Amino acid sequence: MDSSGSGRRRFLKQAAALAGVAAGAGAGAEFAARGQSVKPEARPEAKAEGPAEAHDHRELLRRGARFSVDHITYYTPLQDYGGIITPTSLHFVQYHASHFPDIDAKQHRLTIHGLVDRPLSFSMDDLKNLPSVTRIHFLECHANSSPMIHGTGNENMGPSVQYVHGMTSCSEWTGVPLSVLLNEVGVQKEGTWLVSEGADPGKFSHTLPMAKAMEDVFVAYGQNGEPLRVEQGYPIRLIVPGWEAPFSVKYLAHIKVVDEPYNTWNESMNHSVARPDIGGKARWYHFQFGPKSVITRPSAGLKMPGKGYVQITGLAWSGGGVVRKVDVSTDGGKTWKEAKLQGPVVPRAHTRFTFDWAWDGEEAVLMSRCTDELGEVQPSRAELFKNWGFTEEQSKKPQRSIHTNCMQPWRVARDGSIHDAMFS
Amino acid sequence: MGAYTMRCSAKLLATVMILAAPTAGLAQSPRYNVGAPLSQEEIKSFDFMIGPEGQALPSGSGTAKEGAVVFAKRCEVCHGKNGQNGVLRRLVLGSPGKPYRGPFTEAEKDSVAYYPNATIAWDYINRAMPVPKPGSLTHDEVYAVVAFLLYQNGIIQETDVMDAKSLPKVEMPNRDGFVPAKPVYPPEPKPSWW
Repeated sequence: MDSSGSGRRRFLKQAAALAGVAAGAGAGAEFAARGQSVKPEARPEAKAEGPAEAHDHRELLRRGARFSVDHITYYTPLQDYGGIITPTSLHFVQYHASHFPDIDAKQHRLTIHGLVDRPLSFSMDDLKNLPSVTRIHFLECHANSSPMIHGTGNENMGPSVQYVHGMTSCSEWTGVPLSVLLNEVGVQKEGTWLVSEGADPGKFSHTLPMAKAMEDVFVAYGQNGEPLRVEQGYPIRLIVPGWEAPFSVKYLAHIKVVDEPYNTWNESMNHSVARPDIGGKARWYHFQFGPKSVITRPSAGLKMPGKGYVQITGLAWSGGGVVRKVDVSTDGGKTWKEAKLQGPVVPRAHTRFTFDWAWDGEEAVLMSRCTDELGEVQPSRAELFKNWGFTEEQSKKPQRSIHTNCMQPWRVARDGSIHDAMFS
Repeated sequence: MGAYTMRCSAKLLATVMILAAPTAGLAQSPRYNVGAPLSQEEIKSFDFMIGPEGQALPSGSGTAKEGAVVFAKRCEVCHGKNGQNGVLRRLVLGSPGKPYRGPFTEAEKDSVAYYPNATIAWDYINRAMPVPKPGSLTHDEVYAVVAFLLYQNGIIQETDVMDAKSLPKVEMPNRDGFVPAKPVYPPEPKPSWW
């Protein structure tokens, strides 16, 4: 590997190379890039060179990655950090274009128009001069934890918890409430939805109901105390708390207030999914996520430290608000005990849980189960698949789905190895 | 503290709404008077957010025959000859005169036959295609490529002209393939995440 230059520069170089690849005219070799994955590198050894090492951008490369001509994906190594804030350099990325845009924040404008009294254009200074909010929220790709990704062949994207569940991350975001901006433009009473558009090469677009926009959505320019990074939407993005992340449009440039859902390519085509319970029709316009949790350590691909004390730890979250309770089972769901929630516990954010366990060296199956403030309980795989209309037989095999929030079992073998037991 | 402030402003808002109810739909809070006004010309220059009834579709037109030429030059490299058997996203199912009507489980979802509205094809091709130079097709070319794909999918005739008036009227075979038929918010009462 190339050790010269910062990882960040190299990362940008990779993205640029990808763009170059896509720019090629022939249909041959460049498409080798599709589905290609990049092995996450081991954590760089700490060197005694002083504080600079504390912010090593090579960390970026620990995100398992997958590139194709129209996608750039990074998976957060959930197994590798504590607390609830994902280090910014490790935040997941699911990006629908060939290369990241190079936006000059001084020139960048956010326009709001459509069914409004006063169409306006806001500069970055305008946005930063307005009342700000800072809130901790998770983001999650609608396709995170897809049943289709379990199994072999993905190991070079990190251990299972990273490549199966690593399209969720949690940050402290700073920005201006969208309601403040909408008040400036004066929404007309027919304005019941809005459509957002990014300034990325593919001008990613997505519909949002006005009621949610007025409730808690904000236009973020800061993440974990620093400006947004390029892969997170620099200079501004929407944060739509608790809802599938495609709503949180990056590189936000235009908002159009409209009177009906616009069925953009993303919600009608890319993010809809056929389900047996509705006669094979496609469910579209998914909004908030249900209660969910996953044990991040110990988890598949890692190794048990040995018999005796083991701290089981993981993350729980819900689009429905605050995590009320997490239960842990070490016997595959036969018996449950309540885990401890580490503070802070805030709405629509990752919540850290821990559970003290003594491993007796015998086979065990570890699972966690989240209950949120609405009283909704995280389903088992069988329950979730039944909700979607799959037969019991079908539910034993991976099925295409989105908003997958079922419990994740990890099987601990007697030799201390740990395995993904979702479908085995 | 934050919650307290919110409760207070909610009360205040409620009062304002009652006072303003006979005249205004939405309560107005004080404004900060930031932001620069946008003229209709400026908005027209960037607004290509196409609605399902053809809202914001610009002038221009194209046919399947014209689209075949553009497609071969700009799209075939990824999507294959006539939108089939390419390395990325098979855009065509069925054939001229014979539209594909499902099932749409996985790969079938890439096809234009899956879209609930024909306008989505115009909107998406105009904004995001062709990779890596999205936005490099003229409006006529976008209409033409859309006409070509609709024709290849058996949805329109080869001679049909697609423009701002005709495109929204195209009857898509999978229009009723989505639940709920008309998206609403808040969503249905079951846990919304099901």
